[in-house]
Amino acid sequence: MTTTATRDHDRSLTSDCVVLGAAVGVFGIAFGVGSVAAGASIAMTCVMSLLVFTGASQFSAVSVIASGGGMLSALAGASLLAARNAVYGLAMSRRLTGALPTRLIAAQLTIDESTAMATARSESASIQRAFWITGLSVYVFWNLGTLLGAVIGTAVDPAAVGLDAAFPAGFVAMVAPHLRHRSGRWAGLIGALACLITIPFMPVGLPILCASVGVLVGVREP
Amino acid sequence: MTWTLVLTLSAIAYAFKVAGLVIVGGRTLPAVVDRCLGLVPAALISALVINDTLSSAGALVIDARVVGVGVAAVAAWRKAPFVVVITLAAAVTAAARALGVLG
Repeated sequence: MTTTATRDHDRSLTSDCVVLGAAVGVFGIAFGVGSVAAGASIAMTCVMSLLVFTGASQFSAVSVIASGGGMLSALAGASLLAARNAVYGLAMSRRLTGALPTRLIAAQLTIDESTAMATARSESASIQRAFWITGLSVYVFWNLGTLLGAVIGTAVDPAAVGLDAAFPAGFVAMVAPHLRHRSGRWAGLIGALACLITIPFMPVGLPILCASVGVLVGVREP
Repeated sequence: MTWTLVLTLSAIAYAFKVAGLVIVGGRTLPAVVDRCLGLVPAALISALVINDTLSSAGALVIDARVVGVGVAAVAAWRKAPFVVVITLAAAVTAAARALGVLG
C-alpha cells in the first residue's frame, strides 16, 4: 500500500468515527431534554453523562424514574445494561495496547460505538485509532448534546414536540443491530413479552428487569 | 432523580468497564456466560421500547407514541441513520397528537 493510500484510509477512518460521534450527540440532546423532563436538574443530567457515559443505562434510569419507579429499580435496570460494557472490555482487552493508566482511561470510553468501530478492523494500528477517535468524539458530542438538551429542555413541552417518543425510538435504533441474528430476535421477543405481561401488575421498573429472562436463550448451544 | 442515584450508577458503570478491560483482561469467561451477556441488550432494550411506548404510570396505554415509534421501527430496520429515526418518531408523534390520532 502506498503512503497516499494509507493517508486516505486514515482520513476516512477518522471522519467515519467523528460522524458517528456527532450522530450520538443528537441522541445526547434527546437525553438532556428527557432527563430534565423527568425531574433531574441540569447539573445532575450533565454529571450523569460525564461519569456514567453509557447511553442505554442513562436512558433506562431516567425512563424508570420518569414513569414513577423507585431508585432501586432504576439502578438495577441501568446496571444490567451497563454490564455489557464488561463484555466489550473483554473483547477490547486483547486488542488495546497501553499501560495501566492508559487502560483506566480507555475503560471509561469502552462503550457500544467504540467497541463496534474498533472490532471491525483487523490491523492493530487501525484498531487503536478507531477505538480512541470514536470513544473521544462520542464523549465530547454526547456531553455537549446533553448540556444543550438539558438547557433547552426546560423551555419546551416534551409531549407537544413528540419527545416522549424520541426515547423509545432511540431504543429501537439501538436494539435493531442486536435483532439481526436469530438468538437476538428470540431474546428480544421474550424480553418484550415478559415486560408487556408484567406492566399492569408490577411496580414501575420491575417489568424491565423481568425481561432479562430473555438472555436465557443463550444457554442453548447455537 | 437524586444525586445518590447519579453517583451510584456512575460507580457501577465504571466498575463494569474496568472489570472487563483491566481486571479480567485476557482471561476468558465460560462460553455460556459470554453468550447470555451478549443477549442482554436485545432482551432489555426491547423491553424498554415496550415500556416507553405502551405504558404510562404503571398501566398499559395506547396513544400517539405508538404511531411515531412504529414509523421509527420501520426506519431503523431499513438502516436509516440514528438522527433520522429519532427525528421521524418525534415529528410523527407530534403530528398524530396535533391531529388527534389515538389521542
